[in-house]
Amino acid sequence: MTTDHVRQAEPDTATPSPVRPPSSGRRRAVILAAATLALIAGAATYAVRATAPTPVADRSFDTTTPGRLLLRSGGRVASVPLANPGAPPTIGGATCDRFYTANGTTLCLVAQPGALPKTYALLLDRKLKETGRINLAGIPNRARVSASGRMASWTVFVTGDSYNQGGFSTWTGILDTRTGYSITNMEDIPLTMNGRRYHSEDVNYWGVTFAADDNRFYATVGTKGKTYLVEADYGAWKARTLRENAECPSLSPDGARLVFKKRISPEKWRLHALDLATMRETPLAEKASIDDQVAWLDNDTVMYAKGKDLWSARADGTGSPAILAGQASSPSTPAR
Amino acid sequence: MYISLKGGRLSKAVPANIVALGAVSLVTDISSEMITAVLPLYLVGALGLSLVQFGLLDGLYFGVTALVRLAGGHAADRWQRRKLVAGLGYGLSAVCKLGLLAAGSSVPWLGAVVAADRTGKGLRTAPRDALISLSVPASGLGGAFGVHRAMDTVGALLGPLAAFAVLTATAGAYDAVFVTSFCVAALGVLLLVLYVGDRREPLAAGVSIRSALGLLADRRFRRVCLVAAALGLVTVSDPFIYLLLQRGHAVTPELFPLLPLGTAAVYLLLAIPLGRLADRVGRVAVFLGGHVALALGYLVLIGPGWLVPVLVLHGAFYAATDGVLMAVAGPLLPAELRTSGLALLQTGQACARMASSMAFGVLWTVWGAPLGLTMMAAGLVVAALLAWRTL
Repeated sequence: MTTDHVRQAEPDTATPSPVRPPSSGRRRAVILAAATLALIAGAATYAVRATAPTPVADRSFDTTTPGRLLLRSGGRVASVPLANPGAPPTIGGATCDRFYTANGTTLCLVAQPGALPKTYALLLDRKLKETGRINLAGIPNRARVSASGRMASWTVFVTGDSYNQGGFSTWTGILDTRTGYSITNMEDIPLTMNGRRYHSEDVNYWGVTFAADDNRFYATVGTKGKTYLVEADYGAWKARTLRENAECPSLSPDGARLVFKKRISPEKWRLHALDLATMRETPLAEKASIDDQVAWLDNDTVMYAKGKDLWSARADGTGSPAILAGQASSPSTPAR
Repeated sequence: MYISLKGGRLSKAVPANIVALGAVSLVTDISSEMITAVLPLYLVGALGLSLVQFGLLDGLYFGVTALVRLAGGHAADRWQRRKLVAGLGYGLSAVCKLGLLAAGSSVPWLGAVVAADRTGKGLRTAPRDALISLSVPASGLGGAFGVHRAMDTVGALLGPLAAFAVLTATAGAYDAVFVTSFCVAALGVLLLVLYVGDRREPLAAGVSIRSALGLLADRRFRRVCLVAAALGLVTVSDPFIYLLLQRGHAVTPELFPLLPLGTAAVYLLLAIPLGRLADRVGRVAVFLGGHVALALGYLVLIGPGWLVPVLVLHGAFYAATDGVLMAVAGPLLPAELRTSGLALLQTGQACARMASSMAFGVLWTVWGAPLGLTMMAAGLVVAALLAWRTL
């Protein structure tokens, strides 16, 4: 070990390492080995205790059982009685980050971190058995299935880890379960904005909701810093904007109303309902900022995640929001 | 005390302090990349938060981090305790891993923990690079930084694997990932304490904030800072590159996460050879050559969009510039003010890149990616030419 105490701005050419060793070799090695062992033991002990026992899935679980509300509980597909949503959930055998069920078809989005992180859109049958999968990447964001169970759509965020750097990008896909035809990124759909064909590099779509004919659908398009509600035709593969500032629409079972989130300040959304006959907009009684695509409990009530819980509110703006089920998300009602 | 690494026909000696600092960075990067790999999924999947909300918080703390970096650099010089300040940075980031557990699902607290983690990173970078630059003769600086950056990148590549292993073993317990990450980070701090040496000298008399800022009065160092900032302004941030690669050339979604790994792998392979090349043919030449490679990468991206060449050029850019810039600046700075100087340089570069990221976002929206990228490539070439004449 050389010690060189000459401080100089110019390149020191000969003697390197003007540093001194912290302590003797053997002592350091012993301390390092002991501490490494202790740290490994600590991490392993914690990991063993943290390993949650896999909940036993109910073998009779069926997503079409009438009178039940499906929701995500403890990361798994689960259900509670509609009459008493606060009851302990019955757990099914599928793990999803987002899911939606309609008429026996479940779309389950699940991300697996790893050296090569994987995200899948899984199609599950009524017993939650996998019938198909589509490879995706990114963070699961929205999942929706048409009321008939035929059309499925999902949105994932593709951002990598530096969210503030790249501006975010979404991929929204649509799958026709009858033909097996899937579109992994719908951003090539011809878009008409205010009556004119619109072109921009930066279009992003998210939050699809289907009409009862399994062809018409609504979604959000984001471009140049603004968001628009679009109405689209799957068969004709075209879309047009309906109004500005409306995200994650959800169509009521009777097809009369859309509930969406409307940005009211840079960091706040408020749920609004849009009557499609009159195009009149009504804010819902929920005043908290909600970042979710709502689901319909019935023709008058929507459900959404707020904090870690599931809440409901009337779609006509009256009443007050009420908690539906604690520690749950991704609600859907199975019946047509 | 030297450890010999066999490199080609020549046996190159790498000072033990460089290997020790490299090992600290390797271990620390495993720890931090474990978190990076799972954090978005944890926030959205386990906590049900909105990423948009989180991203906004994230940007706000940038200014704080820049200030802490400068203050840390100054403190390291004032008390000539580079190792201590670096250690505080590593320690703060380690504690933040447990902070993630404590924050639960509170968005402001999570934002604060992530900001503290970034602060730790900002705090440690300049003193660490100053230590590297003080541990080798000036003639071998490029190679020494190359060894350090290569070891650092190995850690970055191993982190996601480690996170995955923990999640698999614990049936998806994110808290176990955080605790494991903390233990790995603690090991990094311990390696620093035990194996990294610092110069301990009588305190230099003239170290003050004024003398630190006075470094900019030195013409050569000021030019390096200006060049680094100017080039930073025309450097497109990574996520844009990957998104453009994906969009233009149909990278299937499931392969998307491989793109950053491609850049990292090239960086890992080229960091040492390019660092040594810089020592031989001139650091400024290699540093500017790296930016030319980046401009070429943009052109390939706009034109044929070949995936592998873009990633190779992108990785080569990092290998030719990141450590090499520190090797350019190090010898220009007096040892007692070296940390302040490097902190100043790094902060200027980080601010320029932040501005570039916002500017390119606007270019992309208004004129579209091809034109935006062409403008950035032109900017790179012009800035590199000007730099070649001034440096």
